[in-house]
Amino acid sequence: MPPAVPVVSAGGWGKSRLGTVVLAVLLLSAPAWLPYVGGYNDIASRVLIYALAAMGLNLLLGFTGGLSFGHAAYFGLGSYGVGLMLKYATHSVPLALLCGTLLGGVVATVLAPIAVRRRGIYFAMITIAIGQLFYFVAIRWQAVTGGYDGLTGFSRHAISVLPGVSWTLGSLGLYYLVLLCFGLGAAVLWMVLNSPIGHTFVAIRENQKRLTFLGVRVQRYAAVSFAISGFIVALAGGLNALLDNFTSPNSLNYTLSGDLVVIAVLGGMRNFWGPFVGAAIFVLVRDYASTVTDNWMSVIGLIFILSVLFFPLGIMGFLQRKGKQ
Amino acid sequence: MNLVLVFNLFNGLITGAFYALLALGLALILGLNNTINFAQGAFMALAAYFAYTLAPYLGFWGALFVAPVLAGVLGLAVEMVLIRRLYKRDPLYSLLLTFGLAMIMQDAIRTIWGATGVPLAIPSALGHPLSQTYFFLTGYRLFVVAVALVGTAVLFGVLRFTRLGIRIRAGNADLETVSALGVNIYLLRTANFVIGIVFAGVAGILAAGQLGLDPTMGDGLLMPAFVAIVVGGVGSLLGSLLGGLLIGVASGVTTAYFPAASEAVIYLIMGVMLVVRPRGLMGQEGLLE
Repeated sequence: MPPAVPVVSAGGWGKSRLGTVVLAVLLLSAPAWLPYVGGYNDIASRVLIYALAAMGLNLLLGFTGGLSFGHAAYFGLGSYGVGLMLKYATHSVPLALLCGTLLGGVVATVLAPIAVRRRGIYFAMITIAIGQLFYFVAIRWQAVTGGYDGLTGFSRHAISVLPGVSWTLGSLGLYYLVLLCFGLGAAVLWMVLNSPIGHTFVAIRENQKRLTFLGVRVQRYAAVSFAISGFIVALAGGLNALLDNFTSPNSLNYTLSGDLVVIAVLGGMRNFWGPFVGAAIFVLVRDYASTVTDNWMSVIGLIFILSVLFFPLGIMGFLQRKGKQ
Repeated sequence: MNLVLVFNLFNGLITGAFYALLALGLALILGLNNTINFAQGAFMALAAYFAYTLAPYLGFWGALFVAPVLAGVLGLAVEMVLIRRLYKRDPLYSLLLTFGLAMIMQDAIRTIWGATGVPLAIPSALGHPLSQTYFFLTGYRLFVVAVALVGTAVLFGVLRFTRLGIRIRAGNADLETVSALGVNIYLLRTANFVIGIVFAGVAGILAAGQLGLDPTMGDGLLMPAFVAIVVGGVGSLLGSLLGGLLIGVASGVTTAYFPAASEAVIYLIMGVMLVVRPRGLMGQEGLLE
């Protein structure tokens, strides 16, 4: 299948180092300036969590060319992993985050080789259906997961940094924990994309057939991309459980997968920071719309339709193209 | 064999026939329009609500015929205004578009008919159990199977014997050549989309008679149809049919022994199928990739 949209050069994000520094300063200082623009810490955390998830998904979607519509499964597994650990096993937030990330990531790694056996539209259907399996398990396995009502009864305990010094996870403390994880996740993705394996991912997206003829084991690389993106998305899911002190089957449902895909597409899936931009717009619009109208789902639906019809390159792609003209 | 197993096996076959009906419309649209129509579930729900509104005036039978047509007309508009623009692009875009459309349609249903569920009255002739011994055999369930059978037969008849059907099948195999031979493929795809939606509409009304109506009813109907298509093999309508029956029976039999897994089992079957035979029961190698 030929690429649907013009290719933004694979090295394009390397030039925007200044932009990255500006972004880092803005994010680090966010709690200081957010109240003046009508924001608050928790919504900034939510933006970062969705951005991390969408960037993780985008490694597969935008850079490897695999349309997964089931990544909510790994997001939700990360959430349930964190929730269950904090509820039953430990008071340590870092340990719980590690376990949640491992749960989602390992499941993604195990399922990846099965999913990548098909490509294109078929791959999308398979990933949705695999994802729904976990949704139904969460609903039916009531004793452990709380069923439809979701998992409650866990809370974020302070992290002890040094003896006597601890990191309190109020909304400010949590924001910086989320920012730290976001930074780590983004750094991993950046390094992966700039390494030889990252170039192989982009090559798979551009011309899978040619790579196969060159002797590259395309399925194996696609599975690796799937696995890495699963780990990142699971980390984001774990953070989301911390933010809400709650997790529900909705965190596993395919509607969330759709949200993540449209966040990446809306922001620009060929651009490293595209999903971040998409997440900011998506989360803010959803937050605002749900306060003014009961029909806020229509607003989200409209974002889907408009972004598909008018921003096939995403907002970052659109801006980049404008910049070049 | 004990009675419980027979009961659930039979039940599974009925469910399977219904899944097959859901899958056929979706598979038609997937094949020729190259679109995973996420709004299929919303169209099912919408047709069911149309039937709910029309039934007091036209009766159940009248509504069963008119409501799917109305949904089809809406499908026509959607295809011509929105989906048509995306055929030249990656299927990702039409998938996202129909996904967004489904959200809007669900909100619209909620706004017009309310968020709480309502029942769809079925003719009293179909409501009674046919037999006291075999308590599961209500007339309505047999009626659902009959409609599924007739609908499928009509669809296959149309595809086999009419000019439109032959063109649809040809378009499935090689759209470019069909276009080069002078067939208006835009018109063909529109017609195909509408047929798929009408099918979905009939299935939605049948489901509503059994389960009642609520704005999110489409969600629960869409996923089994997906699995049926993957298990049966993308690109094969007969495969979708078999896939639907297979997962229906599997789900029914599981209900007998381990009810909590009745939904999960169909996804497990799909997983096993993907490992053993990735193209599905009757799918062609390399299609739609």
